[in-house]
Amino acid sequence: MKYQLRRSSGTPAYQQIIEQTEQALRLGILKPGDKLPTAREVVESAVVNGNTVLRAYQELQRRGLVESRTGLGTFVVGTLGSADRVDGSGLRQELEQWMTRAREHGLEREDVMALVVSVGDACFAERAPEGRAR
Amino acid sequence: MTAHAPTAVQAEGVGLRAGRGGRRRDLLADCAFRVPRGAVCGIVGPNGAGKSLLLSAAAGLVRPHSGRLTVLGQPAGADALLADVAYVDQHRPLYPRMRAAELLAMGRDLNPRWDHDRAAELLELGRIPLDSRAGSLSGGQRSLLALALARGKRPRLLLLDEPLSDLDPLVRRAALGLLLGDVAEGQGTVLLSSHVLGDLEEAIDHLLLIDGGRIRLAGELSELLAAHRLLDRLGLLECQAGLAPWRVHPVDPVDEEPRHLTLVRVEQETRTEAAEAELPRLEELVVSYLRSPSVAGWLAPGMRPGRYGDADQNGTGTVAA
Repeated sequence: MKYQLRRSSGTPAYQQIIEQTEQALRLGILKPGDKLPTAREVVESAVVNGNTVLRAYQELQRRGLVESRTGLGTFVVGTLGSADRVDGSGLRQELEQWMTRAREHGLEREDVMALVVSVGDACFAERAPEGRAR
Repeated sequence: MTAHAPTAVQAEGVGLRAGRGGRRRDLLADCAFRVPRGAVCGIVGPNGAGKSLLLSAAAGLVRPHSGRLTVLGQPAGADALLADVAYVDQHRPLYPRMRAAELLAMGRDLNPRWDHDRAAELLELGRIPLDSRAGSLSGGQRSLLALALARGKRPRLLLLDEPLSDLDPLVRRAALGLLLGDVAEGQGTVLLSSHVLGDLEEAIDHLLLIDGGRIRLAGELSELLAAHRLLDRLGLLECQAGLAPWRVHPVDPVDEEPRHLTLVRVEQETRTEAAEAELPRLEELVVSYLRSPSVAGWLAPGMRPGRYGDADQNGTGTVAA
């Protein structure tokens, strides 16, 4: 797990850490038991203030996703979304094929994402969004 | 909260003069602030504002002509602080004939907590060979060598005058990352001056803005930002007409086009009402205050000087400095 913090994005750094952790949980890149990078590791690679990292980890802990163990580090304890159900369903491969076709049709990344969000909103309209960061 | 953290640096009515002999002039008058331990505090201000002077006073090299400047609980410059305070001057004074390895050896001999690896990491960043003489290095390499000597000392207070100014963007980020990592691991307090606000925005947690011989802003950065809002023209008019449920002190227009935003400081009692309005960024805050010298400065409650831990008790949060 390595955070890629973007300065120009307009999203505060601590919120980017929260969002990227949640994203990694959703995609199954982070699983219960995994250790998050230490504050020092994040601070050094992303060049942010240590309090920013601590604040983000505290918020993740408040959401029940991670747990800080004194002297050992911060560990994943929760799950988000349905990463297990994605494995073996073929959904990822189908999406990859679909994305490749979209690209062949000359769509840009932003066009594709806008389409995904729009179709997603329509398909999941009746269901409340779960656990999304503000 | 840092309001209750012990104090690293505290100024009470501090006045500082620059220059020598008959040419001395008052540069800073009646400065009052405190920086808690464990902070990364940015000192910001225009050229000649006194940033370097304040840092060298904290290092004990310049004596205040009035007031009290306290460092880690001792008067600045006290002998007991020698091992605990490291200072990197903006001119990076290094013995030019000495080789990098000899300077590191000197650091080891002179400092009880010397950590060779911490120093060596910064030399590697600058690809500085151990047998090169300080005088033969480039400006950026000299900066890194000076930083290495300061970091290797494992000081409890690190005073850095424009530490990043002559480093290339990659090395600059890497060096700053190392220093921030030290603080994140509980290795002391950093005060650094810079006029490159982009370097500081994500790095610092406290800010001292100096201008016109005074401290204009002092506080935890999040607290300073949260005390201000950006208002468009309609929002400002509503406030001035008393229609908005909160009271503000306009500082200065932030951008003329296209949105006509004005930076305002919101009175604390009415701040929850202002939650919807847009928060400024560091640069907007700093530039606004610099452009409007007649506006009173503001010290966040946690930065007001006081005895350890009680700095919050005498302020309501709306007192102008």
